[in-house]
Amino acid sequence: MDIKSMKNYLYWLYCQFELITCSYLMEPWEKILFYTFNVTMLVMLLYTTYIFVPVHISTAFQFFLHLFGNQQENTVSVVK
Amino acid sequence: INHIVHNGGLYKRPFNEDFEETPMLVAVLTYVGYGVLTLFGYLRDFMRQWKIEKCQNATEREEQKDFVPLYQDFENFYNRNLYMRIRDSWNRPICSVPGAKVDMMERISHDYNWTFTYTGRVIKDIINMGSYNYLGFAQKAGTCQEAAAKVLSQYGAGVCSTRQEMGNLDKHEELEKLVARFLGVESAMAYGMGFATNSMNIPALVGKGCLILSDELNHASLVLGARLSGATIRIFKHNNMQSLEKLLKDAIVHGQPRTRRPWKKILILVEGIYSMEGSIVRLPEVIALKKKYKSYLYLDEAHSIGALGPTGRGVVEYFGLNPEDVDVMMGTFTKSFGAAGGYIGGKKELIDYLRTYSHSAVYATSMSPPVVEQIITSMKCIMGEDGTTVGKARVQQLAENTRYFRRRLKEMGFIIYGNEDSPVVPLMLYMPAKIGAFGREMLKRNIGVVVVGFPATPIIESRARFCLSAAHTKEMLDTALKEINEVGDLLQLKYSRHRLVPLLDRPFDETTYEETED
Repeated sequence: MDIKSMKNYLYWLYCQFELITCSYLMEPWEKILFYTFNVTMLVMLLYTTYIFVPVHISTAFQFFLHLFGNQQENTVSVVK
Repeated sequence: INHIVHNGGLYKRPFNEDFEETPMLVAVLTYVGYGVLTLFGYLRDFMRQWKIEKCQNATEREEQKDFVPLYQDFENFYNRNLYMRIRDSWNRPICSVPGAKVDMMERISHDYNWTFTYTGRVIKDIINMGSYNYLGFAQKAGTCQEAAAKVLSQYGAGVCSTRQEMGNLDKHEELEKLVARFLGVESAMAYGMGFATNSMNIPALVGKGCLILSDELNHASLVLGARLSGATIRIFKHNNMQSLEKLLKDAIVHGQPRTRRPWKKILILVEGIYSMEGSIVRLPEVIALKKKYKSYLYLDEAHSIGALGPTGRGVVEYFGLNPEDVDVMMGTFTKSFGAAGGYIGGKKELIDYLRTYSHSAVYATSMSPPVVEQIITSMKCIMGEDGTTVGKARVQQLAENTRYFRRRLKEMGFIIYGNEDSPVVPLMLYMPAKIGAFGREMLKRNIGVVVVGFPATPIIESRARFCLSAAHTKEMLDTALKEINEVGDLLQLKYSRHRLVPLLDRPFDETTYEETED
């Protein structure tokens, strides 16, 4: 079943994460502390991305549009 | 990295040694792991100091808290916070003879490895990939055991004296003559403990005003002996002949540091097989350098005697050299002969001098008679003097096992250090959590391995060390390889970026080259 192999794969990925960050060796309360810290950092990062990235992208887009927009107007006037 | 050009014809066979570089990602992730553990270590130390958590390790007494702190250096920090978490992979009690299969007592810990309790169950028939049982002489039945039992009933177990007083038995004389014949030297002397052979005899050979050139990765016994002697010690890079030659040239040209007098003696300390790396010393080049610069060579064949060479005479026979070129041949009986103790072989004058001036001869108790008989029987078996071809078959079986095991592991994609012909196989693990995980997972699958971490190896290069044995049959090796493959996939240990093309079933000879694709 695809779901079962997907679940196994996700469990294996979780095991790799545990081994690399050494949370495999930690006692349960240390694990809770570590995961809480990590999840908090991740959530804060995602929240910051959600708030700031669209604003920055639209500002950058407007800047570039303004640059190319000006050029277009100039060429049009010269041709005329 | 794979083939060394035959240096002016010094080598009669290809010398394939390989230390693959650590992949960058793996090194970074290892440091991340150690960083996380260090932070948690600081947190736990803080909690222990402020009595939030019970302190279970050794600390100073209340009255001594204002003295110079004893447990604040890195080694003790590492011990408390990292070693304790994975401690169950070491000091496992075994309860049978450590042959190809071994029985182990099961133990569990309820407080995260601070204390252990035995469940009472004995795990039987664990495939033993950790014992130094190269020729399979660790047996509880057979000719060696019968001969040792007979000598035990004749001489008893204790000697109760040193060699120089009343402890020199006729068995010891017989052993020493046999060892001298085995090695091809004039004379030999045997001691009760391998570590003590090194640490007690190097001070008798060199003293102040002499120079010792020792390899970077020499064993603790050689380092201790060198330091006890009081000679000047200079270290050359591991197995690096250019580094050794540079040191020799500097020593001859500049002499002693302040007075510029010539050195009284220059002694080069090397080992036959280095047990943490699995590398073999470049003996032809070392001997050529020794002759050119007129220095002495001390060769520690602890792991290579019995394990290398077509008839098991060690690294000197492996390279086809003359044993008289090596001034002091030292070895131990612990590894290939299934006994305990060490020996030193060389010229008759040297050994007679050591009989009088070595600390071990004067102060240490001599070897126990059944142990001596075990060595005599096993050595005669290897030499073929007991009338059978068992010894030769074992030496050949070990060589075949070594080649097969190493080739299969490399094909699977693990990073394996060391020379193609050495029966010590280090498999790189790198990350600290994988050290504990590997030991535990292999034990679950009924295979006993030795994993090695920080003080014995550099901090990011932790490894699992397999010691092959002539007692391992092909089926055992295949089982072990299958389990190692599974555990390697589970823990993602296959870091190697050189993929070995599987060899066809051709016999391995000097014309077979490694086929690699990068």
